[in-house]
Amino acid sequence: MTASIPTDFTAPKKTFKLPTSVRRLIRNPLAMFGLFIVLTFIFVGIFAEQISPHDYDLSNLSMARKGPSATYVLGNDEIGRDMLSRLFHGARISLTLGVISVGIGLIVGVFMGVVAGYFGGVVDLIVMGIIDIMLAFPSILLAIMFVAFLGGSLQNAMIAIGVLSIPVYTRLVRSSTLSIKEELFVEAARALGANHVTIVLRHILPNVFAPIIVQSTLQMAVAIQAAAALGFLGLGAPPDVPEWGNMLQKGRNFIFSAPHIVLYPGLATMLVVFGFSLLGDGLRDALDPRLNR
Amino acid sequence: MTKFIVRRLLLAIPTLLGVSFLVFASIRLVPGGPAIALAGELATPEIIEQVNRELGLDQPLLIQYVNYLGRMLRFDLGRSIRSGLPVIEEIQTRLPRTLLLAVVSLTVSSVLGITIGVTAATRPNSLFDGGSMIFALLGVSMPIFWSGLMLMIFFAVLLPQWLTSIGFPTGPILPPTGSGTWQHLVMPVTALAANSMAIQARMTRATMLEVLRQDYIRTARAKGQKERIVVYVHALRNAMLPIVTIIGLQFGTLLGGAVLTETVFSWPGIGRLLVDTIGFRDYPVIQGTVLTISVGFVLTNLFVDILYAYLDPRIKYS
Repeated sequence: MTASIPTDFTAPKKTFKLPTSVRRLIRNPLAMFGLFIVLTFIFVGIFAEQISPHDYDLSNLSMARKGPSATYVLGNDEIGRDMLSRLFHGARISLTLGVISVGIGLIVGVFMGVVAGYFGGVVDLIVMGIIDIMLAFPSILLAIMFVAFLGGSLQNAMIAIGVLSIPVYTRLVRSSTLSIKEELFVEAARALGANHVTIVLRHILPNVFAPIIVQSTLQMAVAIQAAAALGFLGLGAPPDVPEWGNMLQKGRNFIFSAPHIVLYPGLATMLVVFGFSLLGDGLRDALDPRLNR
Repeated sequence: MTKFIVRRLLLAIPTLLGVSFLVFASIRLVPGGPAIALAGELATPEIIEQVNRELGLDQPLLIQYVNYLGRMLRFDLGRSIRSGLPVIEEIQTRLPRTLLLAVVSLTVSSVLGITIGVTAATRPNSLFDGGSMIFALLGVSMPIFWSGLMLMIFFAVLLPQWLTSIGFPTGPILPPTGSGTWQHLVMPVTALAANSMAIQARMTRATMLEVLRQDYIRTARAKGQKERIVVYVHALRNAMLPIVTIIGLQFGTLLGGAVLTETVFSWPGIGRLLVDTIGFRDYPVIQGTVLTISVGFVLTNLFVDILYAYLDPRIKYS
């Protein structure tokens, strides 16, 4: 990226100016494309009810497995429900699932990371021991095991995927906390009589905010992909719920007669994951210029 | 070096203990408890008590865990509820097939991924660079089971249709499911390799860009060394470290990800075993397969660590 040389040497006017990082993000076309995909996905997820052309749950057996037509733009699924409306509602489920599971990972992971990094010693040893054990499982396997024993439901899938994302946050926050707690301003705060909670909330957490935002964007991609995988294995939402992985699992039996049933949910998953990855990469470049390529 | 290996092996013990404890404890997550899970929902209290006694569930938790570990060390993972066979036997017949899939796809993806990554890094910001990196990101974004399904549609439906239409009538080009011949390997390997190749290409590109900027590369070029040798011998050798790590980690991920690919292609490996038995609530098999895959994962990581130290003499063994 080329640094722009200021050419305007007049006295600075008091106008609103976007922060450097935001401007850096805007200038990155791939990140903007990612943002566009993500915003579209969020829009579709929120307004799924309003923009769906048909009732997503209404089956019309005479239209079962029919390809795209004028009334049903993306065709019909295995029992004749409108694919497009189901895809829209699937976006809502993926969005909810992503946000909640990433939220679980974020809250628990950040808490564990701060505690481990800030207090060190035995606490650190125990926390990182737990994290090491969690990382000893290939991630999807841990989720499968949880859901296999707890029973398959959307709620359990969210918890399982949330648990998966804990280690990433813990490691990230712990390492940042370790260096930040040695900074002068933390020492100053302590000298002024600030307690642990104040120091962590006011001085340490704001400084790990940027990497957490980057990680959460990337983690959304991971969560949505993992959710689709669980759905595909029949371990996620109940069969009739239009979750993308679920739709793929159902359509799998008809891939030779009606390939469109598996085509669209997979494409949608790929696109959304792609969007979050692009945006996440862009955010990282924008917020941390040192990592720039 | 020996000291280092021994130390790393010792350090892996607590992790392995933790893994085994988690797997051991997992059965307790079952709503209603393991006895009901094993004996069925309609079991009378007497039967449940009997099952509890047989399983040793009436004993203190710690003793149960120690017994479990003891059995595990003798490779006794219990018996499958569904087939009645020892779990270890089922795993023994299935594991080699999963390993075959993992090794072949990792080999294919490493060769292609590293080549693409190096080529992209030597032509930064070129069309090839941009294009291959966007494709790589798309490759990572594709759900692996979905790319498998797409391959099946392509090879079993679209390609034969097209060939027939231009005058070469043919059936499905490749067998969509099953195992046994090399043709059966092509699609699962392609699906798996596409995903790991993308990650390797991105990683290779990033590290190569960094290495190519270093002074000794300029020295090598100034000496008049051929560019090919500079890139593939001088630079790649040092860039290999993180790449080897990624490949090692991917081997473990492939073992776990096999669950999805094997389901799509009905490949009779350990992942398929896991998925099949979940439906039957065959808990000993679920525990056994998860444990096997995770131990494999831990050992792979351990191997990568040791290899890393071997490849980079700067890493101290002590």
